[in-house]
Amino acid sequence: MYGRNSLRYKIPINLSLAILLTALVIGSVLIWRSYEEVRNDLFRSSVELGTVLARTLVAPLKHDDVWQAYQILRSAGSRIYIVMDEQQRVFVSNQPTRFPMLTELHSLGPEFAALQEKIEKHASLTPFLHERSEDERLYVVIPVVDDGIQIANVVIGYPRSIYWPHLLSIAERVGLTSLIVMLILIPIGWWVGNRTVDPLVRLSQVMSQVGSKPLEEIDYQPFDRDDEIGQLGRSFDAMLGELKEKQIREGQVIVSERLAAIGRLAAGIAHEINNPLGGMMNAINTYRRFGRSARETEQTMFLLERGLKQIHETVSALLVEARQESHDLTPEDIEDVRLLVQSDAQKKGLQLVWDNKLDRPLSLPSTPVRQVLMNLSLNAVQAAEQAGQVTLSVARVDGLLEIRVSNDGITVSNEEIGHLFEPFVSNRPGGTGLGLWITYQIVQQFGGDIYVQNERGTTSFMVHLPLELAA
Amino acid sequence: MVDSRQLLIPLLCLMLAFGSSVAVAKEQFPTLRIGLTPVFLDNKLSILRIWQSYLENRLQRRIEFVQRQTYREITDLLLAGDIQSAWICGFPFVRYSSQLTLLAVPLYRGQPLYQSYLIVPATDETTRDISDLQGKVFAYSDPDSNSGYLVPRVGLRRMGYNPDTFFARTFFAWAHYDVVMAVAEGVAQGGAVDGYVWDTLRQLHPEITQRTRIVNKSRKFGFPPLVVSNTLPDEDVRLLRHVMLRMKDEPDGVLLLRELNLDGFVSAKPELYEGIRENVLYMNQAELNVRQKQFTVQDTN
Repeated sequence: MYGRNSLRYKIPINLSLAILLTALVIGSVLIWRSYEEVRNDLFRSSVELGTVLARTLVAPLKHDDVWQAYQILRSAGSRIYIVMDEQQRVFVSNQPTRFPMLTELHSLGPEFAALQEKIEKHASLTPFLHERSEDERLYVVIPVVDDGIQIANVVIGYPRSIYWPHLLSIAERVGLTSLIVMLILIPIGWWVGNRTVDPLVRLSQVMSQVGSKPLEEIDYQPFDRDDEIGQLGRSFDAMLGELKEKQIREGQVIVSERLAAIGRLAAGIAHEINNPLGGMMNAINTYRRFGRSARETEQTMFLLERGLKQIHETVSALLVEARQESHDLTPEDIEDVRLLVQSDAQKKGLQLVWDNKLDRPLSLPSTPVRQVLMNLSLNAVQAAEQAGQVTLSVARVDGLLEIRVSNDGITVSNEEIGHLFEPFVSNRPGGTGLGLWITYQIVQQFGGDIYVQNERGTTSFMVHLPLELAA
Repeated sequence: MVDSRQLLIPLLCLMLAFGSSVAVAKEQFPTLRIGLTPVFLDNKLSILRIWQSYLENRLQRRIEFVQRQTYREITDLLLAGDIQSAWICGFPFVRYSSQLTLLAVPLYRGQPLYQSYLIVPATDETTRDISDLQGKVFAYSDPDSNSGYLVPRVGLRRMGYNPDTFFARTFFAWAHYDVVMAVAEGVAQGGAVDGYVWDTLRQLHPEITQRTRIVNKSRKFGFPPLVVSNTLPDEDVRLLRHVMLRMKDEPDGVLLLRELNLDGFVSAKPELYEGIRENVLYMNQAELNVRQKQFTVQDTN
């Protein structure tokens, strides 16, 4: 379910890679060490052999007895033995056809030219090893010394491949050992990796349920460990508990808030209805006590009608009917609102910035949109400071009609924002408290959104109305 | 080709049959010491053992074969009387003929004669004559050898070359067998070898001889003889000669001769070695001339 990025695979694979790398490094070091040892052994043994040879060759060399010298060097297998005289010429070799007598060493190719140079430069009477990676062979040169005077050199040439059987057998052994170690370590690595990762995987599975599953259905058992993973599990468990508690608390808050809003609404309605009701009750009392005349009856009826009308208005305002028949919204409708707002703005000496970007009619009923515009802009004008600024913009944005209205001056507190769209809530004396309620109801009925923002002394309202109305 | 195994078994049987009677008589006479040189394949120890017991049985005395690296050492032992008899080359015999007596001469292919071969490695297909080997490495067998030293040097002298400077380097392989090996293995680019040894080697080890090529064969010379020191009593000489000459008539002697690749031993006169003597004289004269020339040159200076 987590694919190849899961730690379940990553940790064991990385662990295995680390084991493999370690095996490789140790193997290489061992092989390199063995190479050096083989090389040193080769040098040591050929110096021993060469020293014996050199001692035996003194007499034939002094007596110029080529045949005797040849007999000594004969049957040397794949090795080359060359006795060089003082003029660096072949005195005798065990491969006479390849290294004929009296041949100068450097005339036998670059490999031997380099060897001759090395021999000539080598001043002391000690044996030395001559090895170049481009050569076919490596050479051990042992001086033939008689009475402290060098009379010749014995050159022993080994094919460079002489190392290979040794190195291969060592590499084989190292490889086998590494393989065994890896066979043991890699399953352990997988086990350790899985043991480390398992709690994390469980944790991540449970965590991914948060948000997609109701919290009370999420069951999590923290693991009994003292390390960071154990801590993580316990922290998560504590967090889950707090989340659950918070969810319960929030549920309770919402319920009480809803109840409070209903209470406020009921109180508002009761208040609005109570006033005319009180007047009507007075009129009826007065009529009972004093009046039987036609004039008084008339007076009472008038008072009753006025009270009922007031109640009717209140109820009508609460039942906002957005879908009234009206023509499509035109750019001129917006300009009309401007005219209406302008006079109030001028009275307050406000700067009115009116940005109408509409250039053609939109398929939105004009009346409710104008009402929204009116409510928001008049609110803004009233809330703005003396000689302040009110900004309004109307534009089409991505299939929406976007209305932005902002003003400086009195700002709305965050707490007030929570109750802003409730009916009968007014922050200003003389307000009915229904303007934003109606606005909200209209926007809702059009399937749009309304946002309030409070920022650096500016209050902004933003309305989005979808242009494609669901018929 | 001779199969040595087939021959060795009957020889060993004969040796055992005579063994008991020899043991009694052996102690009565002093040991007869016979020197051997590489004029034949003296490195075949098994044949030497059989030959030794053959002689011990026939002579009823202890025989000791003495081998040294060089002809010179054997000659010196012989002249000093440390050994009583020896199989040597015709060259030292000619040189010391006054102090030595011819005992018997081997018969090779029906004649008491042999040749010197000039050989080169088989890979060399161009050499037609010894003069083609100028500036090369040349293998002699022994400075006291006729076929392996005197013959090629005389040849060069006769062609007008100085044999001391003709080759880039020369060396002595001390045995004809080793001369063949040196040429076969390319240590030397030419060599002079006893024709009888080369022929015998070709029968026993053709894989060696086929790596060499015979450029030319010399004229025939007297075969390397068996000689005795003049100090050996006549009786011993007569007996020894008798045994040697009769070898070809005895069944075990014939088997032994076949092993040696010889037909028998015959008596001969010193005149058989006239050819070698001529060569020695020619060489001495030539070297004398060279020296005189050198002196003359020095004098004029």
